[in-house]
Amino acid sequence: MSPLNIKQGTSRKSAYDLKDPNADVIETHTLAVIVTNEAGVLARVIGLFSGRGYNIDSLTVAEIDHEGHRSRITVVTTGTPEVIQQIKAQLGRMVPVHDVHDLTEEGPSVERELALFKVAGSGDKRIEMLRLAEIFRANVVDSTLESFIFEMTGTSEKIDAFADLMHPLGLVEVARTGVAALARGTT
Amino acid sequence: MTRQMTGAEMVVQALIDQGVDTIFGYPGGAALPIYDELFQQEKIKHILVRHEQGAAHAAEGYARSTGKPGVVLVTSGPGATNTVTGLTDALLDSVPIIVLSAQVPTFMIGTDAFQEADTIGITRPCTKHNYLVKDTDKLAGVLHEAFHVATNGRPGPVLIDIPKDVQFAKGKYTEKNKASTGHYAPKLKGDIDAITDLVKLMETAKRPIIYSGGGVINSGDSATALLRDLVKETNFPITSTLMGLGAFPASGDQWMGMLGMHGLYEANMAMHGCDLMINIGARFDDRITGRIDAFSPKSKKAHIDIDPSSINKVIHVDVPIIGDVAHVLEDMLRVWKSRGRKTNADGLAKWWSQIEDWRAVRCLSYKNSEKVIKPQYALQRLEALTKGRKDRYITTEVGQHQMWAAQYLGFEDPNRWMTSGGLGTMGYGCPASIGVQVAHPDALVINVAGEASWLMNMQEMGTARQYDLPVKQFILNNERLGMVRQWQDLLHGNRYSQSWSEALPDFMLLAQAFGAKGITCADPSDLDDAIMEMLKHDGPVVFDCLVEKHENCYPMIPSGAPHNEMLMGDAGVADAIGTTGAVLV
Ligand SMILES: Cc1ncc(C[n+]2csc(CCOP(=O)(O)OP(=O)(O)O)c2C)c(N)n1
Ligand SMILES: [Mg+2]
Repeated sequence: MSPLNIKQGTSRKSAYDLKDPNADVIETHTLAVIVTNEAGVLARVIGLFSGRGYNIDSLTVAEIDHEGHRSRITVVTTGTPEVIQQIKAQLGRMVPVHDVHDLTEEGPSVERELALFKVAGSGDKRIEMLRLAEIFRANVVDSTLESFIFEMTGTSEKIDAFADLMHPLGLVEVARTGVAALARGTT
Repeated sequence: MTRQMTGAEMVVQALIDQGVDTIFGYPGGAALPIYDELFQQEKIKHILVRHEQGAAHAAEGYARSTGKPGVVLVTSGPGATNTVTGLTDALLDSVPIIVLSAQVPTFMIGTDAFQEADTIGITRPCTKHNYLVKDTDKLAGVLHEAFHVATNGRPGPVLIDIPKDVQFAKGKYTEKNKASTGHYAPKLKGDIDAITDLVKLMETAKRPIIYSGGGVINSGDSATALLRDLVKETNFPITSTLMGLGAFPASGDQWMGMLGMHGLYEANMAMHGCDLMINIGARFDDRITGRIDAFSPKSKKAHIDIDPSSINKVIHVDVPIIGDVAHVLEDMLRVWKSRGRKTNADGLAKWWSQIEDWRAVRCLSYKNSEKVIKPQYALQRLEALTKGRKDRYITTEVGQHQMWAAQYLGFEDPNRWMTSGGLGTMGYGCPASIGVQVAHPDALVINVAGEASWLMNMQEMGTARQYDLPVKQFILNNERLGMVRQWQDLLHGNRYSQSWSEALPDFMLLAQAFGAKGITCADPSDLDDAIMEMLKHDGPVVFDCLVEKHENCYPMIPSGAPHNEMLMGDAGVADAIGTTGAVLV
């Protein structure tokens, strides 16, 4: 009866067991989300990520235009290209969201993060800490006889690298701001 | 000149300015200033429900049957939390409702005050947007903005939390036309290049199908008219989701019936075998797609949706068109006509003859009985006895009866069918029928119910009695959580874990207790008379229709199966899942 020759038969596999064919292609994107600076807006954005199971690798937020009540949320997120696309569409339809920029996709951009490192130690280790800090252009912002606090600005990778090196020398604590990012160029 | 008024006065004024004439609500301490204002005016009618969940569903019924937003007023704490299910329901089905919740005074927020709940926090994920207003000067502006947000773009629920001191305080009233409707302005016109791409596909498609959804109805009457035009002009077959029923008339030649898990065989087979799928205002829900990697494998897919996040969310489409259905259809028809109104006549003729073969399967046939009322038969009779009425509005609860209603009742017009699709909320139908009847006092409003669902919000019969709302509660009583039992039957080896409706009340006595008319019927030969008695009664009716207890709802695509692997009725399904080929009747 079926001239289309559509195969008939049943399968036991449930849609719930299906694996996303792109699950192996994971990308990291930095999104700049311009929002109205109103109460609860950050909770709304974070709630979207947790509610729909998206990842947040880093998140920063601050008001950028006092008169215009605008804040800029910078989110670094990972996911398949489809998921990243959904994240942008879901953010874009939220009422207090004005703009969503995918800095990773829209062209070259610069990303910076600020970090503070508390490292404790004495003797040779102290000298080594200072030597490495110089190479990484980290500043000493506090010191006791047994410890330093270094301040460093750079890409997340650079901060990771510095933290790795400081670890054996007595790294006690790290505080990081998360990524702030801007597209390069005139607009 | 700005007017000064109290926050409570502003609420009433803003509602009047927004054209609201009816609200559904329930009072309590924190809402008293607004209730006091309502008492002193006559423009807005307040319907006192019996449970705040009922208010939210009634507002949904009101909204879906009128195209206007529904409005709810509740008190703080439990009043607000009781609306959560209704808000979520409205979010998933894109229904515009506005919930005004009272809140403890601003200076007590955060102190665990009496009847304090973090209403904004609780309802953030189940509203399209929500607002806590801490300043009376801002209240009117927010109220107007809330109506704008709820009704523009993809509609949805909006909640405004209003602390008691803000209701008492005086402030400046922002007039409706002065209110900032913010930057919230979703795009209405579709991209003309994409529309032209779609038209080109329409011109050559051999096996096209239109798959329409609730978005057509939400877009409004002109969208429905344009959709009908499109189908008539192209002679493309059309199927629709549960939410979209009525956008295209069920009596139309091109109508294929509903698609999806309990959709019609011909609709699902055509979706599977098409070469061009035109999704108009639907969202590829999992109840529609079945197994996604086997979903309509040979088709090009176009998707028209006002919500960009619906595009490529589940199914990758070839031609995405973001815009309002009416706007896009208008352009689409214009482009198609200007290019010479072409379709692939040969292909279409073959396609239609294939569809006729599928229709000949008569997938909705069932084994009738002379001894016991089959639920399908009950709905066929209900349909036959009410069909001609333009003013027939149907609501449903959730379960087998809901799917049978979608299969056996025909809808000729939009806004006549109110059901909980996305959330599947048992307890939706009774309060929704109240909301529909309030909006259409002289219409015939029937809630097709299951006994278990109906018990979840049957307290609203008190509301029906109080306001003389002649709603008909047509309960297909199988003494089972029928849909649960069906799944246990098919997937869990007949182990009917907790799916019996035990200790059911006597529905006749219950009807009496509510001051409604009770009718009971167990014999198929009495059914027509009993239904006529219900229709003739000028007042609320509870109809206890005792039906076959172990009837299953078919056709069915078991979850995880593709569209061409449907289970059919009377097919000896005990072992059909996992064995080859459903037996066709
Ligand atoms: C609030 C809620 N709880 C649970 C469910 C799961 N559920 C879906 S259908 C169903 C049974 C409904 O029974 P009834 O209303 O008698 O309808 P029938 O299937 O028997 O026609 C249940 C428990 C639901 N959809 N909603
Ligand atoms: Mg039942």
